[in-house]
Amino acid sequence: MIEGLARLVNDNPAIVRWGRRMNQTFMVEVGAEQYLVKVAEGKLAVEKGPFTQRSWVFAIRAKREAWERFWQKTPAPGWHDLFALLRRGDVAFEGDQRVLMAYLQYVKLVLAAPRGA
Amino acid sequence: MKLEPIVGRYGEFQFQGAKQRLYFEEAGSGIPLICLHTAGSDGRQYRAVLNDSSIRQNYRVIVFDMPWHGKSSPPAGWQNQDYRLTTGMYTELIMGFARALDLERPVVMGCSIGGRIVLDLALKHARQLRALIGLQSGAFVERYYDPSWLDHPEVHGGRACGAVAYGLMSPLSPEAERWETVWHYMQGGPGVFTGDLYFYQVEGDIRGRIGEIDTSVCPLYLLTGEYDYSASPRDTEAVTARVKGAKFTVMKGLGHFPMSENPEAFLGYLRPVLEEIRAGR
Repeated sequence: MIEGLARLVNDNPAIVRWGRRMNQTFMVEVGAEQYLVKVAEGKLAVEKGPFTQRSWVFAIRAKREAWERFWQKTPAPGWHDLFALLRRGDVAFEGDQRVLMAYLQYVKLVLAAPRGA
Repeated sequence: MKLEPIVGRYGEFQFQGAKQRLYFEEAGSGIPLICLHTAGSDGRQYRAVLNDSSIRQNYRVIVFDMPWHGKSSPPAGWQNQDYRLTTGMYTELIMGFARALDLERPVVMGCSIGGRIVLDLALKHARQLRALIGLQSGAFVERYYDPSWLDHPEVHGGRACGAVAYGLMSPLSPEAERWETVWHYMQGGPGVFTGDLYFYQVEGDIRGRIGEIDTSVCPLYLLTGEYDYSASPRDTEAVTARVKGAKFTVMKGLGHFPMSENPEAFLGYLRPVLEEIRAGR
């Protein structure tokens, strides 16, 4: 799902505007697969790992099954938001929490973009 | 311009040993119904309840903005202290407000922190109240994220609080209403949401006492949206398992802010409850 993320976000100005001031790289892990999401003024590029020595400002890690439920067109209760996954213990936020919380709405919209795509 | 029936007033109110200027809105006439907004938001959340013609026929709906919230300013000297809501303060506010307006045995309906405090009111003030309605009620919520980021000079508080509120809603609720609910959160003052969460996630743990609630003195209705992960249907079930006579309904397709994120669907659940209370069944 995450491979198409750049097009889904970059073509959607309603998402891009929330990350307009963001120039950071963050990591998303879907099970064992790693993806680096490089954001420049709200537009992003996705690079697939594995990586050996790369920097990121924060990482969001969850099992593949959790992402698959999160990415359902209409996710079930408890699977519909990053913090819903956090409450159930199915996601981990690592790294600089300040940056994650500053751009939380953008990150939520970006990671939910594959729904129904 | 098409005017709504809602009227807003300011009043001087003695609270926590100080004079405070409180803002409230009301509509309708009949049985007083006090509505309590959620943490870090304000009374605009209840616009649809205030505007509902069938409810207004039999109920005087009254919604105040808590001090520090909406149009109710913080007390003088706020710059020198942290705002931290406690069970005692919250109870004093609600019961003091009812006395200040001479409301006789009002119904109190609250959501989230308001859904928690109605359980306290059921314990301590049942005889002064006609009925209680808890929306998204739970006896306690363990902290599952670090709320200090919601009140941090290097993170925009409005954006962060809005993003937290956004996730608590149902993906099935209408876009316009969901984003308006987010907007209310974006307008909260610094530290106010986290100050309310102190009551919700730290001080206001009543798990040990809810078994003492007597619903034969004051009926207790609990309505919980299924998409809420802060006060989930399971959390409310844990309350009903210990409170004999509490009437519990899961609201399908709704989240943590039923009255504002999907007013039409919510009113469908609320109207029969208010009818039952009025009939005294």
